[in-house]
Amino acid sequence: MASDDIYILGISMTKFGKHTDLDIVDLGAQAAMAALADGGVSMRDMGILAAGNLMGAGGYGQQLQKQIGQTGIPVYNVSNACATGATALRTAIMAVKSGEVKMGLAVGAEKLAGAGLLGGGGTAKKDGKKWEPKGRYGAIAPTDGRIGTDTMPGTFAQVGMEYGHKYGGASFELFARISEKNHAHSVLNPMAAYQKRFTLEEIMGDIMIAYPNTRPMCSANCDGAAAAVVTSGEVLKTLSPDQQRRAIKVSASVLTTDPYQEACQILPDVNTLTRNAAKQAYEKAGVGPEDLDLVELHDCFATAELVHYDNLMLCPEGGAVDFFMSGAPWRDGKTPVNVSGGLQSKGHPISATGIANIWEICHHLRGEAGDRQIQGAKVGLAHVIGLGSACGVHILEKVG
Amino acid sequence: MTTSTAIPLVSYLRLEPSPHLVANECTSCGARFFDRRNACASCFATSFREVDIPTDGVVRSFTIVAMAAPGVPVPFVAAIVDCGGTSVRGNVINTDPTPEKVSLGMKVRLATYSLGTDDDGVEAIGFGFEPA
Repeated sequence: MASDDIYILGISMTKFGKHTDLDIVDLGAQAAMAALADGGVSMRDMGILAAGNLMGAGGYGQQLQKQIGQTGIPVYNVSNACATGATALRTAIMAVKSGEVKMGLAVGAEKLAGAGLLGGGGTAKKDGKKWEPKGRYGAIAPTDGRIGTDTMPGTFAQVGMEYGHKYGGASFELFARISEKNHAHSVLNPMAAYQKRFTLEEIMGDIMIAYPNTRPMCSANCDGAAAAVVTSGEVLKTLSPDQQRRAIKVSASVLTTDPYQEACQILPDVNTLTRNAAKQAYEKAGVGPEDLDLVELHDCFATAELVHYDNLMLCPEGGAVDFFMSGAPWRDGKTPVNVSGGLQSKGHPISATGIANIWEICHHLRGEAGDRQIQGAKVGLAHVIGLGSACGVHILEKVG
Repeated sequence: MTTSTAIPLVSYLRLEPSPHLVANECTSCGARFFDRRNACASCFATSFREVDIPTDGVVRSFTIVAMAAPGVPVPFVAAIVDCGGTSVRGNVINTDPTPEKVSLGMKVRLATYSLGTDDDGVEAIGFGFEPA
């Protein structure tokens, strides 16, 4: 192992779901302490804490320290939409990579059970009062629902439909089949919020949220946390054979935002920044899409999964429908995608997601994934995207 | 009494001489924005000119929103419309919000509707796109 390589030494996630008795600090503390234990280290060894939380009051990292250990180390509170967890991890990785610290802890936690529909809304004018233009568009009333939609299911529905318009073949049934796959995968994942297999008819016949996304085709709001301990190859060499054996190499850690494109002001462009992140990651890791044994990608909606097959270059450009129909992304296919069940069934506690997907990959690379183990997995990719936008891609490899 | 009797939902909707949309176009690179900009997101230049957007377009993407925030009437069709090379966000109106009536690639044109009138008698005008 090269001295300046980065390794995940310990990693953990809580079960995703409804945790009525645990607050957000409990959840983060549970994940953080489990990640430290998994890595065989303690808070005393940590040189930095990067803490991700989106919906809370702020200062989450310091709140967490009060429960897991106040050692005086710097805390970076990060907030980066659905890429918050990946951003926290990347922050810890950059600190280790810079040589400033030997080990870092990244935590992401969210309480979202029962949160309902995300995005959209606005305050309507009181009856009779004067119309007054406000904001950068000079709007006299909320525009959500009047000029398109601000809801997440509607936004990502348009992302998938746009792909269909460009390349063809993306029908309601196709998107529902993607969801069918992920729910089928979830049955093997005890950490998932929902472990229910649905038939295609059940998915298509469920409550419509934003055509073509029905309810089971949308990510599940739930509670959860995930945490990871990272260190360098130089430090890992000094640790025990067991720690070295279970450590997973971070071959690439990339974060991008959306570069300007025509229409990106109209519909968020989730494609270009993902493709850019993937390209950079493959180059840094020296691996190609064909080398991946499994992929956890950001299927916040079934319509999003389709476009990311293409963006992550798992298929030729424009070939996402054929890629899916070939059976490739099923767990017994050529490139298993979202064997955890994905966000649609595992759940999407926003800030935890970008570390939990890395936990899933590590679990397989370590050969510890039990019933859902992808046999002989050596290389995996984890992807998240947050609207605004931010995209995190990590490539992980088994070396020990 | 007020002199103006109508106000557009957003400042980039112009009601005269006939309803149309306008964009702030970067004089340096031609990027178009519907909101006020400090600098161009594409080339960082700071000079913009106002340009008219064609009122005819093609639906490049859409969704039929069945569940929305409280107070937002559903179902409605949210769409991305290509108006002569400029992407515009708007609802598809004056047709049933069903996959049978709305399709990718369908031709549409700008249409307006009333949002109501305030105490001064000013009528708010919104826009959408109807099948052409």
